[in-house]
Amino acid sequence: MRRALLAASTALLLAAGPASAQQKSIKIGFISTFSGPVAVIGNDMRNSFELALDHMGRKMGGLPVEVIYEDDGFKPEVGKQKTDKLIESDKVDFIVGYIWSNVLLASMKSAVDSKTFLITSNAGPHQIAGEQCSPYIFSTSWQNDQTPQAMGHYMNQKGVKTAFLIGPNYAAGKDMLGGVASTFKGKIVGQELTKWPDQLDFSAELAKAKAEKPDAIFVFYPGKAGVQFLTQYAQSGLKGQIPLYTAFTIDELSLPLQKDLALGVPGAQEWVNDLPNDANKKFVADYIKKYPGLRPSFYGAQTYDAANLVASAVAATKGNLSDKVAVQKALEKADFKSVRGKFKFNTNHIPIQNFYLQEPVKDQDGNLVLKTVATIVEDNQDRFANECHMK
Amino acid sequence: MRWTLNLRTMVVVLLLVALVLLPMYVELTGSRFLLTLFTRIVILALAAVSLNLILSYGGMMSFGHAAYLGIGGYAVGMLAFEGVTSGLVQWPVALLVSALFALVIGALSLRTRGVYFIMITLAFAQMTYYIVAGLARYGGDDGLTIQKRSQFFPPLNLSNKIQFYYLCLALLFASIYLVWRIVNSRFGMAVQGARSNDTRMRAIGFPTYRYKLTCFVIAGTLCGLSGALLANHTDFVSPAMMYWTRSGDLIIMVVLGGMGSIFGPLFGAVALLVLEEVLSGITEYWQIILGPLLLLVVLFARGGIDGLLGKVRHG
Amino acid sequence: MTLFIEQCLNGLQFGLLLFLLAAGLTLVFGIMDLVNLAHGSLYMLGAYFAATFAAWTGSFVLGAVLALVATLLVGMAVEVIAMRRLYGRDHLDHVLATFGLILFFDELVRLIWGAGGMSLPLPSWLNTSVRILPGVDYSAYKLSIIVVSLVVAAFLYILVMRTRLGMLIRAGASNREMIGALGVNIKLLFTLVFGLGAALAGLAGLMQAPILTVQIGMGENILILAFVITVIGGIGSIRGAFVAAIMVGFIDTLGRAYFTDLLRLTFTKETAATAAPALSSMLIYLLMAVVLVIRPEGLFPAGGK
Repeated sequence: MRRALLAASTALLLAAGPASAQQKSIKIGFISTFSGPVAVIGNDMRNSFELALDHMGRKMGGLPVEVIYEDDGFKPEVGKQKTDKLIESDKVDFIVGYIWSNVLLASMKSAVDSKTFLITSNAGPHQIAGEQCSPYIFSTSWQNDQTPQAMGHYMNQKGVKTAFLIGPNYAAGKDMLGGVASTFKGKIVGQELTKWPDQLDFSAELAKAKAEKPDAIFVFYPGKAGVQFLTQYAQSGLKGQIPLYTAFTIDELSLPLQKDLALGVPGAQEWVNDLPNDANKKFVADYIKKYPGLRPSFYGAQTYDAANLVASAVAATKGNLSDKVAVQKALEKADFKSVRGKFKFNTNHIPIQNFYLQEPVKDQDGNLVLKTVATIVEDNQDRFANECHMK
Repeated sequence: MRWTLNLRTMVVVLLLVALVLLPMYVELTGSRFLLTLFTRIVILALAAVSLNLILSYGGMMSFGHAAYLGIGGYAVGMLAFEGVTSGLVQWPVALLVSALFALVIGALSLRTRGVYFIMITLAFAQMTYYIVAGLARYGGDDGLTIQKRSQFFPPLNLSNKIQFYYLCLALLFASIYLVWRIVNSRFGMAVQGARSNDTRMRAIGFPTYRYKLTCFVIAGTLCGLSGALLANHTDFVSPAMMYWTRSGDLIIMVVLGGMGSIFGPLFGAVALLVLEEVLSGITEYWQIILGPLLLLVVLFARGGIDGLLGKVRHG
Repeated sequence: MTLFIEQCLNGLQFGLLLFLLAAGLTLVFGIMDLVNLAHGSLYMLGAYFAATFAAWTGSFVLGAVLALVATLLVGMAVEVIAMRRLYGRDHLDHVLATFGLILFFDELVRLIWGAGGMSLPLPSWLNTSVRILPGVDYSAYKLSIIVVSLVVAAFLYILVMRTRLGMLIRAGASNREMIGALGVNIKLLFTLVFGLGAALAGLAGLMQAPILTVQIGMGENILILAFVITVIGGIGSIRGAFVAAIMVGFIDTLGRAYFTDLLRLTFTKETAATAAPALSSMLIYLLMAVVLVIRPEGLFPAGGK
């Protein structure tokens, strides 16, 4: 019975044949966190993606674009569920987004198994750069270790001899602390991984750090936790006593809440608001115009790039997305103008890029902004490319 | 079961037929997502059926039933991680470990009753949750991806979604039948008697503690099976599978569907999950309807869906 | 040593916060025999109200006071509209109905305040540290939490032990029918007790807000702990809730702080960091299981029913 049905439906499909090979529109699934305190990040990413679409007239390769936004609720299992829905129910052509490394790791298999191209515009667990790299997974952000590695270099430059590391106990947190440890030449006198995301009380860890009397403390706490950490850092009396070095803890989103607590605290980043290239100037200016009262963060910048990356691939393949190899090659070319200036992919689809030192300063109106102070490393490659089977 | 031709019977038959024919509908319309959704419904209905046995018939309100979902799921996940992908090893292990946990937890919890029983089953479930969340090797809170589904002998291939669906459906029907047989047996009558008056049953000579414990273990084992199926379905396990709010979801399914009815859990699972899908498409605030709906069901529609469909019958 | 003192203070502070939450729960449980899962929602509302009012009035303290009043009113409203119909029913019904209320409140908050959560910044006079002992700087705000909680605990003690209302509460916890028979306005008493519980939960919620979080679903995680404390302490007993809460606060805080180091002696730091919070949480549930098996009425039972 089933074979007869199959035969009948195949005949129908074949008759409809050539028409279905051509796309009528480009469907993009977008997964991020739109609930809870970290919703600000998801909103920034969405805003940037929408801005990118506006800039390209809401068309990629001449075809209209449809975006479906889904909320992962900050949970790996929900992210995976939503990814499955986007692939199976909405039948999207691309999936973009993913703030959190653990959510990405849980959701990857569905994309790879179904040969759906996934562009992560934030999460960068070492697995996707190394042993689990895939022709279908691309990143417009970085590999988690790269940014703290840059910070490690900077700490060396500053003559820091001993450091205490604090971060959250999940995929990205472990990568971050590991990244610093791989480049920092001094002695690491202590490491603390805290329960994520529940633990927002860092008094125990700060007390331990204080007891060890290190030259510096390195910290990684994205989103709301970053605000809490800086507040408690000040409350514990450490501010002014032991300097802080950060990655992904201070950004345009958390800065308005951290206020003066963040003044003078350095961070490493591959993109800062004031990078002097044309694409970036347009991005930041138009973002501020379209969303008054808000400034884009690096999450948004990476997402803006992701939109342009996808558009470039669609244009190069003239909308013929069924030829997966061609799409892959087009994506690998990265033929678009990135807001961070130079941009090209390594063999494992992780960007090769510069890392800058950013510091919060007060501008002439007394507002807190992030300023590029120096370039720490140029054309930095992640350290997992050798483990990837793609050469 | 007295198969009288009333509304309830008709709905049951229609639902069963629809479930059996679903894959063909999916094949015709190409909506694979429907198959995924209903596989999930069938798997969770199995879990609800197991809960129904102890909740409605045994009067044991376990707020930690989701723990067995996690235990069954992680048995499969951990073994797969270590390279043991044969279902013939994984599934018996899942069932055995679930049974063992149920035995220990039940033995201790059944010494209490009422709200204390609720709290202690909750406590044990949370403990299991924390144990699993504390296993760094298996991902902890981040969860564990299962790269290959449980392997059986060909032609049985769990990666084939249609085959997998029918397997789950068959197991669901088998468990419903099992529960029906238990409930209508002398053993089952004794357990139900103990629910209304434990002292009286003991006075007559029934070892109620032992009977209840047996029921508890059977329910836990069945739920462990559901967990193993769930792990295969999602290719992913995480401690969240057994958080106490998940146990709450299972209880809602049983109550919504109608306590004390054989097909109630199935109604409840279908209703809750379909409602979730449909409502979340309409508004993102759908839970604001679900909340008071539950309240209303508790206050006014004690028999749940099954009760609404016809007179509530036991068995 | 200073680290240990700090951790002890943290444990005390957490325990006291839990006490505020558990006190309301145990009262309602003991007097009205009502299992209220939605107690965590009142905790959440306290935090949201405080964040909102503090932003409107520009004053932290005023915002807190207004939030307390608002939570009290919401609590009493919930009692009149929903809880009344649940008295005398099966505990299962309570669990289901109040679980439904949790869903409702979570969504209501999302509707009104949005999904993003809120923040409640501390005024500068609280945002410093205090030197309580040579070498020991402790957060001024956390100290104030300890002080406020102890004052409220004392107030509760006086209320329950020395006032007429307290006498009615204690009598109700022991024998509900009797006080009804004695002609006391049960309805009013129940509404007041529920309102008091709500206010206590709201206070706990707003106090932790500046240092922890104001977000949807924040009640669910801590509710479990509150129930555990209620059971360990004895249903209906404020004294039991106090002792149990402090115990739980210490176990959780000291466990998280020292288990990691203990485990690091044999395991990698990653394993230790993952296992330690799990262990300390497990310990609390283990304690409750032990109490339930050995002494199910709790450590300080309120008296027979």
